[in-house]
Formats: sequence, structure tokens, C-alpha cells
Amino acid sequence: MAASSRRNPPPLPGAENQDPLSEMADEDSDEGEDIFVGNSNPVAEAFQPDTANGEEPADLFSEAETSTAVNSSITTSKSNGVHSDNENDLFAEVSVELSMENPSTTAKSSGAEFTPSLTRSATQPESMEQLEEEKDEDSFDMEVAVTNPEKIGDGMNAYMAYKVSTRTTLPMFRNRTFSVWRRFSDFLGLYEKLSVKHSLNGCIIPPPPEKSVVGMTKVKVGKDDSSSADFVERRRAALERYLQRVVCHPSLLQDPDVREFLERDELPRAVGTHTLSGAGFLKMINRASDAVSKMTIKISDSDAWFDNKLQEVESEELQLRKLHAVVDSLVNHRKELCGNTAVFAKSMAMLGNSEDNTALSRALSQLAEVEDKMETLHQEQAASDFFILAELLADYIRLLGAVRGCFEQRMKTWQRWQEAQSTLQKKREVEAKLLWANKPDKLQQAKEEITEWEGKVTQYERDFDRISVTVRKEFLRFEKEKSKDFKSQIVKYLESLLQSQQRHVKFWEAFLPEAKAIA
Amino acid sequence: MEGEPSPRSGACFHQGSFPRAVNVDLQTDATLQVDISDALSERDKVKFTVHTKSTLPNFKQNEFSVVRQHEEFIWLHDSFVENEEYAGYIIPPAPPRPDFDASREKLQKLGEGEGSMTKEEFTKMKQELEAEYLAIFKKTVAMHEVFLCRVAAHPVLRKDMNFHVFLEYNQDLSVRGKNKREKMEDFFKNVVKSADGVLVAGVKDVDDFFEHEKTFLLEYHNRVKDASSKSDRMIRSHKSAADDINRIASTLYTLGTQDSTDVCKFFLKVSELFEKTRKIEARVAADEDLKLADLLKYYLRESQAAKDLLYRRGRALVDYENANKALDKARAKNKDVLQAETSQQVCCQKFEKISESAKQELIDFKTRRVAAFRKNLVELAELELKHAKGNLQLLQSCVGVLKGDT
Repeated sequence: MAASSRRNPPPLPGAENQDPLSEMADEDSDEGEDIFVGNSNPVAEAFQPDTANGEEPADLFSEAETSTAVNSSITTSKSNGVHSDNENDLFAEVSVELSMENPSTTAKSSGAEFTPSLTRSATQPESMEQLEEEKDEDSFDMEVAVTNPEKIGDGMNAYMAYKVSTRTTLPMFRNRTFSVWRRFSDFLGLYEKLSVKHSLNGCIIPPPPEKSVVGMTKVKVGKDDSSSADFVERRRAALERYLQRVVCHPSLLQDPDVREFLERDELPRAVGTHTLSGAGFLKMINRASDAVSKMTIKISDSDAWFDNKLQEVESEELQLRKLHAVVDSLVNHRKELCGNTAVFAKSMAMLGNSEDNTALSRALSQLAEVEDKMETLHQEQAASDFFILAELLADYIRLLGAVRGCFEQRMKTWQRWQEAQSTLQKKREVEAKLLWANKPDKLQQAKEEITEWEGKVTQYERDFDRISVTVRKEFLRFEKEKSKDFKSQIVKYLESLLQSQQRHVKFWEAFLPEAKAIA
Repeated sequence: MEGEPSPRSGACFHQGSFPRAVNVDLQTDATLQVDISDALSERDKVKFTVHTKSTLPNFKQNEFSVVRQHEEFIWLHDSFVENEEYAGYIIPPAPPRPDFDASREKLQKLGEGEGSMTKEEFTKMKQELEAEYLAIFKKTVAMHEVFLCRVAAHPVLRKDMNFHVFLEYNQDLSVRGKNKREKMEDFFKNVVKSADGVLVAGVKDVDDFFEHEKTFLLEYHNRVKDASSKSDRMIRSHKSAADDINRIASTLYTLGTQDSTDVCKFFLKVSELFEKTRKIEARVAADEDLKLADLLKYYLRESQAAKDLLYRRGRALVDYENANKALDKARAKNKDVLQAETSQQVCCQKFEKISESAKQELIDFKTRRVAAFRKNLVELAELELKHAKGNLQLLQSCVGVLKGDT
């Protein structure tokens, strides 16, 4: 689907599997996506997505170079998970404008037209401007979701399988939408593979959620209570965020392993992810030795930027850990408050029953009901405390660890370069000595070694420069992502607080007349 | 007007005159008005300044004040209880002992841990503990005041001699707290009393009113006890959650001051918001404590006093019936008839006197209770609304600002 060619407008809709093609007037587009229609929708209706919705998923859905932006106002509410049922209908809503109308009102619907060229020219200059605006954003039309945790098997060999659904218009994938089933070790396996390949380049690779032997055992054993349901939900959400971060990363997305993970139906069982395996032990040993070497390396860097940033990262991690601990404590206290409120409500109801003044008795029962409602509020509040705030902090603590790892990689590269340099120096000394001692045969060998090491030194220096550039770029990107993430999550959290307070107000307003009616 | 509480150095915590925090609705009339105009907290005792205004002729002046301590209040209460004349009345429950132990402990721990936290954290925690101390202080003053006002409002008790001495005698009453032996005696007396109470309660009353009241009070008292302890636990969780929000605010503040990037400014704003909401949450917990928990605790004590009244009446009834039986026996044997007759007369009178006043007292108790609950529940609802709206406004404006920035 070479997108940069000009195409004639196809015959107007009527056929079932019409594939309306984009019209690219003068712009080349590397990611020229075809507009797709749901299979069930031969005739698309004119469709004006909300600009409000259109702005939020900007990063996921905007396409920088194309003028045929998909009217993809599938909002992020869907992206966070309910793919499964609506998969076939997902694109039923996405329709293409066929009207003669000027789509200038919608930010994204530039040029999606099949009407004869009359109006086309009018819309093209517009889309140019829109393109300019969108050029700066990361433009991936890519969306992943992790849903439907299902327990497969029984007993200690059981595991949870998660459905990974992808929706994309990127050409490197075979289909537009597809889903596969994956288990937790598959996610870990993906991380291992990416780690091996990319960490040497200085990429910040998002770490997956942690293993939890206790949590999983409970699930395996089949304990069907709220704590294991919580655990599964927590893991599902964490896996989803993990995948979203991976596909957001421009270079990781290009990795064939990622593609395979998302597309391939059956993935070979990832080995080396089990804690007690041989690979697991090896990893532990490596980590220990890394820790030791970390302490001894110190780059005499002319570029103080890296030093400063590393320090910032370390202190930030410390603060986030503190914050996470406090948020945890808050979640616990709220849960406690929830329980105590419920108990108190019951006790109040009993008191109301035994009160013989009818108005007071009724008021006390009403109070008991209000407290009951408070309990629900507290419970929801605790959940949002946890799922929005605590998990955000936990994610970033792990991510900051990955960032530090990145910096360490750079240090290792530097060390390698320095070591090569000192080896070269030694070889040169050897050569000098040989010259003095006049042994021509060994001299030749020495000269060869020198050339070899000179080459290595140059290469390692280049490597170091390259990794420095990458790390810098990655770090800036990470900072941007982090800033955005924190802001949006905290705002989301505050909004949940807001809603809870609104209901608070409502409940007490309902109670007040009851209290006043006591005679 | 407020000094620094510092139990270690023994300095005073002085509270100037403050509005009456009465949680029981009472009639006040000009003939006798009592209040606690001032209070001082010293190392391990609280000194109350009891201020009286009266037009009664028994007092030397129209307005005067004395300083009293908690033990003297207890002495007054016990003198009422032991007075046979007052057997037919609900004796206003004694105020609980001022208990600053928990708060003092916390203050001490804070002092010890001073080195391990930042200066801001330390000052903040110190301020909070001081506020807590102040709150407990206010509460104990209120409870002592309520006791005095109840006595002053009671048509019979207000004329009591001991009460007048208490109000007027401007030197130390030389009342000492009970020593160990006396406390043991009390303990045994209580054991005997509750055993007897069970016996007496088993006797079915002829009078429907009292029978109903007996069963009602028993059940009510138990449920109030339950509700009181549960409300305490709930409020404590609430306070802990508010404390956590405080710590979140400080940590966010630290994060925000590390840099001057976008994100850091964001953190600073959110930290500010949490500071404010935390204060509101703490007030909510405090108000719930005042309006709900204290109310329940008070009625726990009052319902116990009402139960005591019923017990005394029951006891008098049993005595009366026993005296009747003795009289019958004496008449049958024709021996000591006069003696039996007089004792029967005494018992009869006693019983009837108690019954009469008890009925009125119990009806009053109901009225007072309904009024108090109404007042407190209305105030509770109004305060909860006020705080929720305040919170809401804070959140709305903060979210607006944050969204506008991004």
C-alpha cells in the first residue's frame, strides 16, 4: 500500500468492502494511512467527532504527515480496556465524511473526502496548516489494550492469560486490528529481549510489573475473594500501561520482537523468566557484580549535564519512594475508615430502633443510611487512591530505576573506551621497547596490535558519543512523558476527589431536613 | 491568650474565656447562673474558675468566682449520690477525669524524634499536637461546665447545701481524691450493687410506665455504649487519614522545590491543595467528635444515671414489699406490730416519693435527650455540609487552575 501515489477517487459507496483510498494531493506521506471502515458499514455517515475528544488522544491518533487523518474519535475511554466485546464494532463508529461539507470544524478530519474535487482544493490548504501543528507530536496511530484476564488450567500449573488487543494503521502490521492471548511470562520475556538488544544503546526500556509469588499462588489455588480479584486487576492495568509505554517509544516500536509479541498467535514459552531457573540465578549474580562496579566508576565528564541529571534522578526516586509509602498508608487508613464507618452505621441503626421518639428514631436511621453511603464513598476513594496514585508512583519508581540503568550503560561504555585507551598506550610502550631492543619480527606483531587497538579506541569513542547522544535524547523524552503522565494522572485523581465531595454534599443535604424535623 | 503547652517544663496552658460549648439543652434562668469562665492547665491538673451569678438570698454576693479542681467536682457528685433525699432524681453524671496522657505522650515522642525530621515537618507536627491538646482541654472544660449547669437547672438539687459551698467557699475544700482503700471499697460496693440490681430488676413492676422504662433504658444504654465506641473508632481512622494527607502534602512540596520545571510548579500547587484539604478533613473529624461522639458519650452516662434511678426505685419497692410481708407476719404473730407498722409506713413513703419524682425525671430525660440529639444532629449535618462544600470549592478551583495550565 504505497501511499504516496495519487489515486483516483473510487466509485461511490455501494459495495460492501469498499476501501476508500486517500487522496494525497501534493503531500508525500510516509505513513499515509488508508481510511478504514468497519466491515458492516458500507455507507458512512457524515460524522463530526467532538473536538474535545479529538484532542485528548492526540498523541495516539494524530498522524503527522498525512492529510487523511482518520476520524478516529474512539476515545481513550475505550482504549483503556473494553476492546474485547466491541472489537468488531470498534470501527463501526469511525466513518468517513462523504458530504460536501467543509470539514474545517474538526481538527482531524482533514481531507477525508470522496466528493469530486470541487471542494478538495478548499480543504487542502487547511490540512497543510494542521499538518504543521501536528508535526511536532509523536505520531503513532497505535493503540493497545490488555483485557479479559482468564484463568487457564488448574492447580499449581494454572496461569492467567490476558487478551492483548491492538488497533493500528501502521503499515508494518499485517492487519488493522488483531488480538492475541499472552501470559505474564510472555511480557517478561519481551522485556528481556528488548533489554538485551537496546539497553546497550542507551534506550530507556520500560520495566514490566513485578513478579509476585504470593499473589499468583493465591490466584492459582483458586481463592475467589476480593484480594485476588484486586491482584489480577492491578496486574492487568500494570501490564497495559507497560505495553502502552513500549509502543509509545519510537525505536522500540520498530523492533520485530515487539511486533511478534503483538501479532503472533502462539509465542514460544519464554525461558529464563522463572525466578528459580538457572537464568534467574545468572541474572542475580550479574546484578550483584554490576552493583559493585557501579561504586567504583566515576566519569570525569566534561559534560556536567549527565552528572546533574543522574543526581536529580536519584533524589527524585527517593522522594517518590517516600511518597509511595505515605500513599500506601493513606489507602490503608481509608480502608480502615471504610470498615469502621460500616460498623458504626449498623450500630446507629440499632440505636434508632430502640429510640422511642418516632421522629428521632427516624432521623437516627437516616443518619445510619448516610453513614452507609459514606462507607461506599470511602471505599471508592480508597480504590482511586490506589489505582491512580499509588500505581503511578510505583511505575515511576521502576522507570527511574531503568533511567539509572541507562546512565550506567553510558558509564560502562566510557569505561570500555578508557580501558581500550590504556591498553593502546601499553601496546605503544611495548612497541617502543621492541624498537629499542631491535627485534624486527616481534615488532611487526606489535605494530599490528597497535593498529587493532587504535581501531578499537576509535570505535569505542564513537560508541560513547553515540550512546551519550541517545541517552540525552531518551532522557528528554522521558522527562516529557513523565511530566505529561503525572499531570494527567494527578488531575484525574483530583477529579475523582471532586466527584466524591459532590456526592458528600448531596448526602448531607438530604439528611439535614430529617434532622431538623425531629420534634 | 494561649500559651505553649509544654508538660515537661510544667508551664501553664491558659485558656481565656470562651463560649459555652454546651451539648445539652438547658433552661437557664437569672436566679442562678453558673459557668466556667476560665481554666488553667498545669502539669497534671486542671484548675477551673467557677463563676456564679445569682439573685438568691443564700449567697453573700450576687456574683463571685472560685477555683476548683476535678476532685472537688467528684466530691460534689458523690455527695448527691449518697444523699437519700435525692434518691428519686436522676443525678447528673460526673464529668470524666481530664485525660491528657495520650496527648502528652505524643508531645514527648515528638520532642525525642526532633532530630530525625526536617524543620518544617517538626513545626507542623508540633502545631498539630498543640491543637489536639487544646481541643481536649476545651472538651474537658465543657463537660465540667455541663455538670454544673445541670445541677443549677434542677429545681431541687440547686438548693443543695454542698452545692452552695462548692460555688461560694473560696478556699480549698480539702477534698482529696480517694485513696486505694476507699477505691477498693467503692469497687466492692459496685459489685454488690450490680448483683442487687439484677435481683431488683427481676421483680416485675406493677406500674406499666416504669416497666416499659426499665426495658427501654436497658436496651438503649447498651446500644448507646456500642455506638459510642464505634463512633470513636471511626473518627480515629478519619484523623489518621487526614494525617497521611498532611505527609503527602509535605513530600509533594519537597518534590516541587527541587527544580523549577513545569512539573515542579504543578507539584507545588497540588501540595498546597492537599494542605488545605487536610485542614478541612481534620476539622470534619473534630466536628464529628464534638457533635456525635461526645453526644453519645454523654447519653451513655446519663442513661446510666437514669438506670441508677430505676434501681433505687426498684430497691425501694422491694424494701416496701418486704416491709409489707414483715407487717403481715408481725400481725399474724401479734408481736412488734407497731414497729413493723412504722417501718412499713417509712418504706411506703419512701417508695411513693421516689416513684413520683422518678416519673417526672424520666419524662424530662426523654425531652432533654430528644432536644440534644436534634440540636447536635442538625449542627453536625450543617458542619459536614459546610466542610464538604469548602472542600469541593478548593478542589474545583485547583483542578481549574491545573487544567488551564496544561
